Amino acid sequence: MARHASDADFRTKLQEWIPKLVLSPSIALMLVFVYGFILFTIYLSFTSSRMLPKYDLIGFDNYARLWGLSAWWTAVTNLAIFASLYIFICTAIGLTLAILLDQKIRGEGMLRPIYLYPMALSFIVTGTAWKWFLDPGIGLENTMHLWGWDSFSFGWIKDRNMAIYTIVIAAVWQTSGFVMAMFLAGLRGIDNEILKAAQIDGASNWSLYRRIVIPMLRPAFLSAFVILAHLAVKSYDLVIALTGGGPGRATELPATFMYSYTFTRNQMGTGAASAVIMLMTIAAIMMPYLYAELKEKK
Amino acid sequence: MSIATQDTDVNTGKIARTFIYLVLLVFALFYLLPFFVMVVNSLKPLDEITGGNMMALPDKWTIQPWLSAWSSAQIGVEPTGLKPYFVNSILMVVPAVAISTFLGALNGYVLTKWRFKGDTILFGLLLFSCFIPFQIVLIPMATILGKIGLAGSIPGLVLVHVVYGVGFTTLYYRNYYAAFPTELVRAAMMDGAGFFRIFWRIMLPVSGPITVVSVIWQFTNVWNDFLFGASFGGQSQPMTVALNNLVQSSTGVKEYNVHFAGAILAALPTLLVYIVAGRYFVRGLMAGSVKG
Repeated sequence: MARHASDADFRTKLQEWIPKLVLSPSIALMLVFVYGFILFTIYLSFTSSRMLPKYDLIGFDNYARLWGLSAWWTAVTNLAIFASLYIFICTAIGLTLAILLDQKIRGEGMLRPIYLYPMALSFIVTGTAWKWFLDPGIGLENTMHLWGWDSFSFGWIKDRNMAIYTIVIAAVWQTSGFVMAMFLAGLRGIDNEILKAAQIDGASNWSLYRRIVIPMLRPAFLSAFVILAHLAVKSYDLVIALTGGGPGRATELPATFMYSYTFTRNQMGTGAASAVIMLMTIAAIMMPYLYAELKEKK
Repeated sequence: MSIATQDTDVNTGKIARTFIYLVLLVFALFYLLPFFVMVVNSLKPLDEITGGNMMALPDKWTIQPWLSAWSSAQIGVEPTGLKPYFVNSILMVVPAVAISTFLGALNGYVLTKWRFKGDTILFGLLLFSCFIPFQIVLIPMATILGKIGLAGSIPGLVLVHVVYGVGFTTLYYRNYYAAFPTELVRAAMMDGAGFFRIFWRIMLPVSGPITVVSVIWQFTNVWNDFLFGASFGGQSQPMTVALNNLVQSSTGVKEYNVHFAGAILAALPTLLVYIVAGRYFVRGLMAGSVKG
């Protein structure tokens, strides 16, 4: 009898532990490969590591060097230009398309997937497609010339000052459909009774959207901003495929800077410092958002 | 959140409607054009591209560029075509997706039905790990993979993708299971069903839709990844890296038609998934952003 009781006791104990045991592999992987690695990289950013990790602390030298490098300033400036245009244009196109699609459009079922399919492609494929599409020799410029518009010129991709904007074009092409889907979902969630009431009160379509609908889409705006901002900071593949960071260094972003300084120029300490700054940027964007999400769900 | 509910009830005039359709069609063109150009030019001989109009249909249709991209184009130094890299990608994607989805399901189950003190913090940490810029883990990852002998191998890439994918799959299952009545789980516990029995018999049978979402999301992400493939691929580079090598190669004549065919080959699996299960694809994108 006593044995029986302790057996049952053991079983309830086990039942209590199993969930934690099941969760533990993921948690262990996460602690080592995410947070452990983050700490390791932060540590490296304070060392004189070059080709291989070294463990001597040298204080903030790498950060001081980093902010003294013109290549890093180029990368940061490019990111500022790219991110603001990318976020703004994607949001504008996404919102416009969502509102227009929301007007009982015939063929919506056809149009929606067309707007959205680029999201299924990799940035490498997108970059390859746009690289040749924007190439003056065989792409758009050539086509316009062949169609008789001789003065047409579009050589941004080969132009140091304009190349960063070609990255914006390709990135907008890839993600604006996704933003459209987010806004559309938001629009479809709005109660029509509210709109009807406003219309009876004599509100015009324009003010209906400006005063009522768009303010109600606030959560969708927030999600779109967070997603787009974090995609912008992480942008790497698209630059590699579209311009390779060129012409010259004209389209380097922090992500490409980090990679080349760490792995091809053997400046691991500086590369680690740049990665830490990227992480801090993302954390500043994501933390408040995730915190609010989690708190709400509790 | 489903898209296909009702439209917003707004009345629009005839001119306005024509204008709306026009704008919508122009955008459709914008999204379709680059892909159209890729497909058309992948079916042309090279001289028609360099000497002709990229918008024009081929004079002489040919599938030679496709064959070349698949099995004989120069990738790096080897004239192997993209075929072996396609195989690498498959070998990497299948286990990575299966493992991360399975772990995500178990985690989501624990985090909703077997809650314990501090589980929200753990979930928050897991969630944040989905969004880190991967540059922050590249250096230690390269070191560790080398130390445990997985550098440049498929299992190494699988490990990397599982680690950085499990946050998202957990998010999916957690949100999905949160809506599942906990009373049912409690009742099963009263009847003496244990942790795994409840998972297999009660939770898994209702997990179909979210599993599709999770599998599609992971498949797309892992297939399309470039950074990890380029950093840790070594001898087992995935498709995206091979495509980039093909397109960026500086030796010889630039065979645009082969590049286009290669790009479509690299995009084909995810596009197929999108065409077959687009609805779930959208749902996955949403669940990762808007409150599910």
